[in-house]
Amino acid sequence: MKNIVTIATHEFMRLFKSPLAWVLLAVVGCLLAIFFLILLNQFMNPAPWFAGRGVTEIVVAGLFQVSGIVLLLVTPFITMRIFSEERRTGTIKLLLSSPVSITELVLGKYLGTLGFLVVLLALIALMPLSLLMGTPVDLLQMSAGLLGLFLLMASFAAIGLFISTLTSQASIAAITTFGVLFMLWITNLASTTGGEVFRAMFSYLSLLKHYDNLINGMLNSVDVIYYLLICITFIVLSIWRLDGERLHQ
Amino acid sequence: MNSETLISINEVYRYYGNYCAVNNVSFTVARGEVLGFLGLNGAGKSTTMQIISGVLTASSGSVSIAGFDIMDMPRQAKSQLGFLPEQPPLYIDLTVNEYLVYAARLRGLDRKNIKPAIAMSKQRCGLQDVGGRLINNLSKGYQQRIGIAQAIIHSPAVIILDEPTSGLDPVQIREIRELIKELGRDHSVILSTHILPEVRAICDRALIIHKGRLVFDQQMKNLNEEKQDNFVNLAFRQPPALESLKNMDVIKAVEQTNDQRFRIELNAGSMALDNIVRDSVTNGWGLYEMTPQTDSLEETFMRLTTGARENT
Repeated sequence: MKNIVTIATHEFMRLFKSPLAWVLLAVVGCLLAIFFLILLNQFMNPAPWFAGRGVTEIVVAGLFQVSGIVLLLVTPFITMRIFSEERRTGTIKLLLSSPVSITELVLGKYLGTLGFLVVLLALIALMPLSLLMGTPVDLLQMSAGLLGLFLLMASFAAIGLFISTLTSQASIAAITTFGVLFMLWITNLASTTGGEVFRAMFSYLSLLKHYDNLINGMLNSVDVIYYLLICITFIVLSIWRLDGERLHQ
Repeated sequence: MNSETLISINEVYRYYGNYCAVNNVSFTVARGEVLGFLGLNGAGKSTTMQIISGVLTASSGSVSIAGFDIMDMPRQAKSQLGFLPEQPPLYIDLTVNEYLVYAARLRGLDRKNIKPAIAMSKQRCGLQDVGGRLINNLSKGYQQRIGIAQAIIHSPAVIILDEPTSGLDPVQIREIRELIKELGRDHSVILSTHILPEVRAICDRALIIHKGRLVFDQQMKNLNEEKQDNFVNLAFRQPPALESLKNMDVIKAVEQTNDQRFRIELNAGSMALDNIVRDSVTNGWGLYEMTPQTDSLEETFMRLTTGARENT
């Protein structure tokens, strides 16, 4: 446990030593602020099809929807270096020759990365919270949305973590992670055609589908479990991969 | 010095695909022993060292550190181990102090012991003045020393150094050799190197690995005895006939290495060299060089590594 904390803290602190983390926070903050203002403007001058929908539904859920897509684009840049850089610079040998198990190593790195994503999440959450100054917001729906965004980030990070164990080139890890995430995101497109079972299956597999439920305020255990399963699966795969690598490098 | 065995390697094999990088290597290292690990590039030195430090897993065979098997009890085994890989494992965007704190925590040092441990290893490696600097901005020599500092920070029983003196200047090399000798007093040290005189200077024992096999394992003091066998290399401007040298009663054996050079074995304890010099002067042989037989480790190394290459 102590080792996990050590590695997670190190990972978290080291992210902020590089300009990447700061630039990323700035870019995401800036992009989402623009979307936030656009959504707010739409709410203030409602088009007819918005009739009967509240500020939470239009602005908050809308912002989370966009956040999901922006995170899909930027998470690979955070996760790409988790293991590939350690491998390229040889620092992985420091970790492997230390009295730290592979499980602790992977969990520590994962939690450290997740820590950074939580900072990003807090940054995003501040925008809808600022609405409280002018209007009441459905805080429960917003919480469900935040939970959804957190679970989405956690799954992105787990997938990125696994892919970064596969290569020593950070850019390859980034582009592959992006490809895989995007595939999982649009899988539900496949559910527009085909038989009923086929449609149900692809719709279920899509990251987007479960996220939509949460940001609209529907907290189903099945959606939460879906994300937790993704996280656990890819963490376990990473552990296996690193363990196996010592033997079959 | 006691003879407690700290490292024991037993019939280790390691394959990369079908390529056998380490082929049935077994040896043990006692406390207080400095072991020099020699071999050509690609002979399997680094692989063996990585297997000992748990970075790679052996395809078969076992490794134990201070009595703990590295596969069955990795935590106990690795806490007794300090490893410097060929390329120092540094996070270049950290300062030296931050890096050493992280290394110390990873090695399981308690919070209260970290400060003195870091001060100690910085002092031993001559890093006192650069603690606050970014590793990225330091020279190769400093980076190498930080690498050594992280390997000894938890004063492990076993220290494994893969080419510890590469990239250092001559003064630093001497300091690091002193440090390794000092460490060798109460730890076990394995170091690999290409520099044969280095092994002679600091090691108690030399291993030579060639094509994954252990081909040589001997105490340095035995090697040195070999060296005192009164072998001398001579060079003459007007070389005498081989026969006339052979007939000198102080000379046990002569071997002509080229036109002017001879390799001579003298009878022990005699006034042999005096006689040769005198004969050279009286007969006008023009003796211009007289050197004791150079390092026998070098010769052994050449014989074992290049000879074996010709055979295949």
